[in-house]
Amino acid sequence: MKLSWLKVAGFLACLAPLERLGWKAYSGNLGANPIEAITHATGDWTLIFLLITLAVTPLRKLTKQLWMIRFRRMLGLFAFFYGLLHFLTYIWLDKFFDLREMLADVGKRRFIAAGFTAFVLLIPLAITSTSGWIRRLGGRRWRLLHRLIYISAIAGVIHYVWLVKADLRKPLQYAFVLLILLGCRLAVWLVPKVRQAAALSSGPAEFSHE
Amino acid sequence: MLIKKAADILASEITPKSLYMNRRAFLAGTAIAGAVAVAGVGVQEMASPSEVVQANAKIDGIRKSSFSTTEKITPYKDVTNYNNYYEFSTDKEGPAELAKNFKTRPWTVTIDGLVKKKQVLDVDTILKMAAPEERIYRHRCVEGWSIVVPWVGFSLSELIKRAEPLPKARYVEFTTLNDPQQMPGLRVPVLDWPYVEGLRMDEAMHPLALLCFGMYGEVLPNQDGAPLRIVVPWKYGFKSAKAIVRIRFTEEQPINTWNKAAPSEYGFYSNVNPNVDHPRWSQAKERRLGEFFKRPTLMFNGYDQVASLYSGMDLKKYF
Ligand code: HEM
Repeated sequence: MKLSWLKVAGFLACLAPLERLGWKAYSGNLGANPIEAITHATGDWTLIFLLITLAVTPLRKLTKQLWMIRFRRMLGLFAFFYGLLHFLTYIWLDKFFDLREMLADVGKRRFIAAGFTAFVLLIPLAITSTSGWIRRLGGRRWRLLHRLIYISAIAGVIHYVWLVKADLRKPLQYAFVLLILLGCRLAVWLVPKVRQAAALSSGPAEFSHE
Repeated sequence: MLIKKAADILASEITPKSLYMNRRAFLAGTAIAGAVAVAGVGVQEMASPSEVVQANAKIDGIRKSSFSTTEKITPYKDVTNYNNYYEFSTDKEGPAELAKNFKTRPWTVTIDGLVKKKQVLDVDTILKMAAPEERIYRHRCVEGWSIVVPWVGFSLSELIKRAEPLPKARYVEFTTLNDPQQMPGLRVPVLDWPYVEGLRMDEAMHPLALLCFGMYGEVLPNQDGAPLRIVVPWKYGFKSAKAIVRIRFTEEQPINTWNKAAPSEYGFYSNVNPNVDHPRWSQAKERRLGEFFKRPTLMFNGYDQVASLYSGMDLKKYF
């Protein structure tokens, strides 16, 4: 019961960036180049939600707050949602459905290709985010599939690094956060292996102490 | 209230700012009536909420120019709040606020290199060299957006002629002020400061190339390159250097800052050219600020009269 209220509150909080953007558009406060402002806001929030989603598991383990996991799906879906808005901004507002120009863009501009990769990878994740799909795929395969989010986030950061003209500060901040989040996973995966290896190599002596 | 004194008074042709500010104060005062006039600053803000009205001094005696386009002029608010001016900030909304207290006087410009008259000129001396003209130009950014701005200035050639370049001088190099105290963007090594731009001598001598110190009939706002900039309307915006402190004549082609930062993306010439794509953006179209649909980008930004400067040159190679 308590959790569902929390979920509603979380849901509304996740919508706040969109409300802000909508309000700015309505009140004519998007600045001199509204389409650019929308592209940037939606792009930023896609990446932020991807990173928040990736932060859930390490944070949950660190704080031992199990309930956090219940928010992960919602956060991931919001990443997809803002990514979809970002993508729609591009094909509708920016390129106005000019397919030829968009294809040329993907082919010629590596930053678009990277963004495209990041977005396309999120589609199967959004589709298979339901409990039904988890059952159908089985937990192991589902988890394997959903590791695509790592690649999506990496591609998203590369997209940002490649699109800025000279000021790399913001994209590198995102890259730094992503590095930590992926580093946590690497540590979780690596540490037991190293321990195991150590245990094996020091062999019987180690055992005899136990 | 708010009456600034002598330091703000610009060239003699220009209505002193103190008078101008006085008039505004008077209007605000009358409107609200004497009783609250004491709280002048607050009242003025209440009378015109949120709009940051910049009371730049009017420039007198501006002549019209046949180089002007009749296209719709971009609103002043957009041209003063959407600036690529990395010396202040890499955010386009940043310079308006960060350049607010930028000091444009006293200001000198060093003229040196291959000229007969090497000298350090006071900017107000330069402004008096010729009569100010209004030049309504299209301005195309390499990022794919464009604006139409009523610049005020006179042909750059007026200054160059007076400096008497030596026959050996083939290029002109422009350097922007490098003062990290006043320009916070310079504290970050985003580009190799100071900002340097350059033109070939015949480009610089072309009557379209403007030495600019005003826009919309007023003194140039700080975020748009005050007190002195150039405007080269057939080239991408970054070629039009702002807040110029040095003009040097050279035999060698200057290395402009963006070219140094990414040689495969920004050339020396950087003429507006819909047929040569930038690796990040197609240059075939542009979005005029304030319009939804993109419009086709024109060769030389529509300034065909400069085409002869490049006859015989492969503009795909010399992009
Ligand atoms: C998960 C996928 C994606 C993420 C995380 C993402 C993220 C971002 C970010 C952070 C920005 C910069 C925002 C800023 O400067 O404040 C951006 C800009 C942009 N993105 Fe994406 N993006 C994604 C997918 C795409 C796709 C699929 C496209 C188009 C096919 C696209 C096109 C653009 C464009 C055109 C810009 C603006 C570039 C400019 O300012 O010149 N993005 N994106």
